[in-house]
Amino acid sequence: MSELSGLYAIWEREIKIFLREKSRIVSSVVSPVLWLFIFGAGMGASFSVKDFSYQAFIFPGVIVMTTLFSSIFYGAYVVWDKKLDFLKEVLVSPVSRTTIFFGKVMGGVTDAVIQAGILLLFAPVFGIAFSLSMILAFGFLILMVMSLVSIGLIIGSVMESPEGFGLITSFVNFPLFFLSGALFPIDNLPGWMSVLIRLNPVTYGVDAIRGLIMGVSTFGLFVDFFVLIGFAAIMISIGTYAFSKIKM
Amino acid sequence: MLATLLPPSSGTATVNGFDILTQPHQVRRSIGIVFQDPSSDDLLTGYENLRLHALLYGVPKESRERRIKEVLELVDLWERKDDQVKKYSGGMRRRLELARGLLHNPKIIFLDEPTLGLDPQTREHMWTYIEKLVKEEKVTIIITTHYMDEADRLCDRIAIIDNGKIVVLDTPEKLKQVIGGDIIRIKIKNPRLDELKRLRYIEKVNVLDNTVSLTVKDANKHLQEILRVIGAVESVELRSPTLNDVFLHYTGKEFRQEEGEGGFWQRAMTMRARK
Repeated sequence: MSELSGLYAIWEREIKIFLREKSRIVSSVVSPVLWLFIFGAGMGASFSVKDFSYQAFIFPGVIVMTTLFSSIFYGAYVVWDKKLDFLKEVLVSPVSRTTIFFGKVMGGVTDAVIQAGILLLFAPVFGIAFSLSMILAFGFLILMVMSLVSIGLIIGSVMESPEGFGLITSFVNFPLFFLSGALFPIDNLPGWMSVLIRLNPVTYGVDAIRGLIMGVSTFGLFVDFFVLIGFAAIMISIGTYAFSKIKM
Repeated sequence: MLATLLPPSSGTATVNGFDILTQPHQVRRSIGIVFQDPSSDDLLTGYENLRLHALLYGVPKESRERRIKEVLELVDLWERKDDQVKKYSGGMRRRLELARGLLHNPKIIFLDEPTLGLDPQTREHMWTYIEKLVKEEKVTIIITTHYMDEADRLCDRIAIIDNGKIVVLDTPEKLKQVIGGDIIRIKIKNPRLDELKRLRYIEKVNVLDNTVSLTVKDANKHLQEILRVIGAVESVELRSPTLNDVFLHYTGKEFRQEEGEGGFWQRAMTMRARK
């Protein structure tokens, strides 16, 4: 029982902080809007993808990008909590490390859902109609973001300084993003790149979300689902282990 | 270690009857810890920090609100409960953390350097709060500090730790008796030490430059005789022994620089207040 209330407590704290730090929400919405309107319009002036405008094509990709970056960056708050000694307060409580980890993951996932929800409001601007399948798209987004938040938390749990965290995550963020098909179709790529893209779990997140809100999918929802759930299981296991090893 | 933050290198211990190795959860539930560095979340309000703590420690819903109010009132922060902690002063933060440490009705509270870096007025306040909570909450308190006056004022029993080992553990009064008398410090150019040594009641003589330090039983009675014997005196200081003297007596050295920064258990002293 107290594990449950502990889980709730940690989640509640993360949400309060997220909503209280307006800069986090604003920055998480401003940069994707720039991507969509400026990068998207610039590229879209020269070409389109299949039946879609380029802006519409990258719309799901930009949602994934936003949640990808912010989910991994979310781990930085663990590093800050370490600096503030706030983490100590949580770690010495009777709540188990696993519960602490899951509370944090739930917090990060909620942040991402809020961000994605805000971005989704722009869909009609790019000619994408609201539909019920968008709800299912959120399901896939949550599945993917659980893994990404875990990655951030794993890195955060071993790093001592926020600077170090930033350095390491930039090596993680960009490959995951560029090799995900967020910005270009993945059907006619050179062989080596095609392989890397198929190895990147984020690819399947982009594919599923694009499939659900626009009706074009490369792998199909079943494949996407199993890849994402496997990825989540692995990352959550590693994350749970990493949290059990945090030293004070 | 007792707080289950660090595993012991060997052996074990019990806290409130629970073994720190095999029953860490029960141990954590029985203790409250107030860290030296602030560990509350400064984006949350004082109230929210306590609510978070109550949920983490499984304080039952029925008593949660009442208990939060109780501890906030104890440290006079109830009026400020809805302000974010970043708007609190250093002393208020300490008080909030003291309240937090108390929230789940622990049997034992660890205070790590509770007044380090506070101004004398705030420190005096902090002491009052600590005394108040000992009286009202009936808890055992373990304090680490390197302020001897703090130890003297707050503690029933004092342990002096030197190089990681407890060298002595006793009440402040008993510890002071160990010094064996009062201390007289005399500034003088040419002390007649030979004559002085004939006085039986002088326990110890120390000469440094122009200052002679004497340890004397019932110094007030003998002061006149000492002054007559020793010669032309520039100035005299008579005082009862303090814990500083006790500390120096046991560790044989002045306070070292690193003591302000050392870890939780390498610090100068741990102490215990009444149950």
